[in-house]
Amino acid sequence: MWNYEKRLQYPVKITQTNPKIAQVIITQFGGPDGELAASMRYLSQRYSMPYNEVTGILTDIGTEELAHMEMICAIVHQLTRNLTPEQLVESGFDKYYVDHTLALWPQAASGAPWTATYFQSKGDPITDIHEDMAAEQKARTTYDNILRLVKDPEVCEPIRFLREREIVHYQRFGESLRIIQDHLDSKNFYAINPEFDTRSCCK
Amino acid sequence: MSDNKPCREELLQWINVVSFAVDDVKLFLDTHPCDENALEYFEEFKKQRVQALKEYAKFYGPLNIDSACTPAERWAWISSPWPWQEGGC
Repeated sequence: MWNYEKRLQYPVKITQTNPKIAQVIITQFGGPDGELAASMRYLSQRYSMPYNEVTGILTDIGTEELAHMEMICAIVHQLTRNLTPEQLVESGFDKYYVDHTLALWPQAASGAPWTATYFQSKGDPITDIHEDMAAEQKARTTYDNILRLVKDPEVCEPIRFLREREIVHYQRFGESLRIIQDHLDSKNFYAINPEFDTRSCCK
Repeated sequence: MSDNKPCREELLQWINVVSFAVDDVKLFLDTHPCDENALEYFEEFKKQRVQALKEYAKFYGPLNIDSACTPAERWAWISSPWPWQEGGC
């Protein structure tokens, strides 16, 4: 169950449109290391996770990623509102516009559509948490790459906030990995997969 | 709760601050469920958040369903701008 709160996690108030940079930033909506993939990754992985701390972190970070997706969409929307046909052609946003007008659609900067193949839900806690830690770093790098291209402080500020959250999430997943390993055989973490081999039918 | 109308921008900024404190410590508590300082911090900011959301709903319309003032003459949820729109939160 989810409840909506009618505000952004961090304010987005952009006064100058910039369709060129919007085409880059949209990758954090529907790209390989974007917020939609992040949210779906964690919210998918949590069902078979056997440790309450880690199920909690997957649920709460997966939820926060939805709020980040909303911030990215707000940024792209504000960067592309009220564009004229001339501005569309000039900025190269015409290729997006012809399929989606000025609506939001999850795609990478390259135009590749969002796909569930951007993430894995492997059903092994060590494997999944390693993927999650890598995902946070990949998203952090993407924000670093975006920040090199953005000059407008009204765009930079919310992007910097999102970048910092990747680092905090990475930290929490690191702690989650430690919690998982504390439950396992310290001489061989890989002796069993606790999402499969400890079910009652296998005992 | 005061009857003096609070400044919308300031109140909203305060809601963002206390809500972020709750969001952040919530993640910390998931992996440190017995940390006394974090538990206290959570309690304090959660209280402030509930209070601020109630205050906001009273003057400017609800930001979530639990703080919606009822009964009302009109469904206020759809009256205020959406977060990505001009004048939104």
